[in-house]
Amino acid sequence: MAETAWAPPTRIARGPSGRAKFYIGGLIIVAAIIYLIVSGVAQTAQFFLTVDELKAKGPEIIGRDVRVSGAVIGDSIQYDPKTLKLTFTVANVTNSNDEIARAGGLAEVLAQAVKDPNATRLQVEYIGPKPDLLRHEAQAIMTGRLREDGVFEAHELLLKCPTRYEEALPEQSSGE
Amino acid sequence: MIADLGLWATVLAFACAVYAVAASLYGARRKQPVWVESARNAVVAILPLLTLAALTIIASLVRSDFHLAYVVNTSNRAMPTFLKVTALWGGQNGSLLFWSWLMSAFAFGVMLRKWERDRELMPYVIAVTMITQAFFIGLVLFFANPFAKYWELPSGDIVSAALPPAGALPFRAAEGNGLNPLLRHPGMIAHPPMLYLGFVGFTVPYAFAIAALLTGGYRSEAWIRTTRRWTLAAWLFLSLGLLLGGRWAYDVLGWGGYWGWDPVENAAFLPWLTGTAFLHSVMIQEKRGMLKVWNMVLIILTYCLVILGTFITRTGVISSVHAFARSEIGVPFFIFVGAALVGSVALLISRLEGLKSENHLDALLSREAAFLLNNLLFMGITLAVFWGTFFPIFSELFTGTKITVGPPFYNRVTGPQFAALVLLMGVGPLIAWRRASAKALGRLLWLPTASALLLAVLLVLLGVSIPGAVVGFAIAEFTAATTLSEFWRGARARQRSSGEPFLTALSRLIGRNRRRYGGYLIHLGVVLIAVGVVGSHFFQKESQATLGRGESMSVAGYIFVYEGFREIPPKPGDDLVRDIATVGLYRDGRRLATLYPQREFYQATQETLTPPALYGGRMGLEDIYLLLVGWEQAGLASASFKVYINPLVNFIWLGGVVFILGTLVAAWPNPAEERLLTPAAERRLALGEV
Repeated sequence: MAETAWAPPTRIARGPSGRAKFYIGGLIIVAAIIYLIVSGVAQTAQFFLTVDELKAKGPEIIGRDVRVSGAVIGDSIQYDPKTLKLTFTVANVTNSNDEIARAGGLAEVLAQAVKDPNATRLQVEYIGPKPDLLRHEAQAIMTGRLREDGVFEAHELLLKCPTRYEEALPEQSSGE
Repeated sequence: MIADLGLWATVLAFACAVYAVAASLYGARRKQPVWVESARNAVVAILPLLTLAALTIIASLVRSDFHLAYVVNTSNRAMPTFLKVTALWGGQNGSLLFWSWLMSAFAFGVMLRKWERDRELMPYVIAVTMITQAFFIGLVLFFANPFAKYWELPSGDIVSAALPPAGALPFRAAEGNGLNPLLRHPGMIAHPPMLYLGFVGFTVPYAFAIAALLTGGYRSEAWIRTTRRWTLAAWLFLSLGLLLGGRWAYDVLGWGGYWGWDPVENAAFLPWLTGTAFLHSVMIQEKRGMLKVWNMVLIILTYCLVILGTFITRTGVISSVHAFARSEIGVPFFIFVGAALVGSVALLISRLEGLKSENHLDALLSREAAFLLNNLLFMGITLAVFWGTFFPIFSELFTGTKITVGPPFYNRVTGPQFAALVLLMGVGPLIAWRRASAKALGRLLWLPTASALLLAVLLVLLGVSIPGAVVGFAIAEFTAATTLSEFWRGARARQRSSGEPFLTALSRLIGRNRRRYGGYLIHLGVVLIAVGVVGSHFFQKESQATLGRGESMSVAGYIFVYEGFREIPPKPGDDLVRDIATVGLYRDGRRLATLYPQREFYQATQETLTPPALYGGRMGLEDIYLLLVGWEQAGLASASFKVYINPLVNFIWLGGVVFILGTLVAAWPNPAEERLLTPAAERRLALGEV
């Protein structure tokens, strides 16, 4: 212990408690940080669900913030530019990349989903400008909550269209 | 074929890197300097080789050589020449080559500077930097080759490969896909090089740290002093990269903000956090010989996060385990980061004995304890950001359901910690080393504390009802006051003793103590950024509406009148269509400006971009951010707009400038310090004679 060599006498008596203070202080801060992270996750984590999974959750999911993805059914799109109210229906598509790959790619999966009369469907409501990419067979990723009446109220709307370029490219890593 | 020249130059560079690793280690082992000198020559040769390689890609891009897959993927004929040049880092494969090239430039610089002084360390510095270099060139050659060309097989299939497959004929695409429009903005052109320079730069202090561990150089603080400026340079570039990235997001992405806690942003932020912790905590080691192990841990972490960050920013695959597994470069990256982490930590553990602290903490109220708290907070933020970024992967691996966390998580968890850091930034520099007297500290702090409390009361009286905002502004005011008072007290003291005018005294004060006052300038920059973040986070207003010609909307006292619309067809040889709305901006019945929000449409790639029209309202104190989000082609002749009012956001950019200036001041060579670092001075230091 180098510190005892030059520390004043009173400090020797207080030595251990002096070290302990650091550990206690440090532990309190570490505990606070861990608490922040854990409670942060508990309160803000969002499930990323398919339409099937959302419907299967039942009433417990109503009012909770979740993300849902689905295939847009073109005929269902209604938009009022005056009020910016946008409604449309999506059909269930799988989230699993393996299944998508097996079914022949995202474009194929989306096309199948909108044709399939048995696919679970979900009505979506969104207030805001209509995105250009919102069209038949696009994949919509919506953040929002399920209402009591079964309509999904989205406050964020992302759209993905499988671009023709990725497919047109001769065997090429698509990370670009 | 000019790209073939580049390919072989890259192969040669790879051989040089591998040779340099072997020769430097052999030379160090056998104590034969001639091998180390030879390794050094190999390192120096890599820069011209990779320069040539990068130039051949640039030449192919400029000449639209669509035989090359990379050229097809990142450019098209319609792009202006300078964008074709920047397409070098517009895609994964090219940017890995670009990374390697920057790495070789840094290594080149290390080889030329002060070889004699660090003779002992150099073989291992070469080995570590060249292992990194070889890894990246290896990725370029074997996994993500920008020199790959299209070939038509006898079966009629088209493949891409660097060398022609048997019986294949060259295939040339008719037109390229073009650079992603998001990457055509000036901010995005400068942002990746800055970020990469920062990433690459941290390899240098890491290499010196590992070399110090391997040679016994860890017993002194020489490696820290040698790399201080390299670390600062890396940190400067990384900071600049982050700032430019934020500005780019603000100007281009059209969602009204500058930071979205996206995995790609986080990946660049993580090494900045650990790097900043490192910059602070090495000061304790320099001054008191403490925290030696911890500093090694920090630089190892920073290096690993840099490699991980490169991977994530390059591929964006964090959203899913599957995407990770599918990425061609995922597995090699994962192995490299894992090996670097395990190897470095094992080496560190084997050297623990020699890394004992020379001193102990004396008191809770001391500069050392403040630095410790600073480190704890930086690590807390790092942990939170890391956890949030990788949470989707963990949850998918362990529970099967993907669970994501968004900005609310990060704001909630890091917000209080950032606030504590800014507060600490105000107090820490005033606390004495070893043991501070509470009384003396109180004398320095009561005025800033009183003024901060006064500000808080004033804000509440003015109707600011958000607790986070009141606390945030008060803390920023407090730290600004204590930091400015340091400049004031120092300059006054100098003025009294030398009789210089105040401004002369102030500038000489800064000039003679660049590290200290450069650091304070950086702190002031952070305070300004904090003000901008608090203002724009808590007080952002947004509104949207669809307007017919002549109709108006009103937001926060501003009136927007939709006046006209026009479409600008592409210029000859270009593919960009602009749809521009004309909007009159009024306040208090006075016309302030005409705004032109627009939608850019790139015909070749069918991609759109919605850059905002910006106007600094109330003398620049709030930014008006107007977007054209849609329009009716016929009938109504209406257009939809979205408006954000972003208060104080300009403080972020202003703070960024101060921050960068402060870093330059702190990093500027100081003749007095240079003298201290001569070998003789170093020996005296080691012997404790100074």
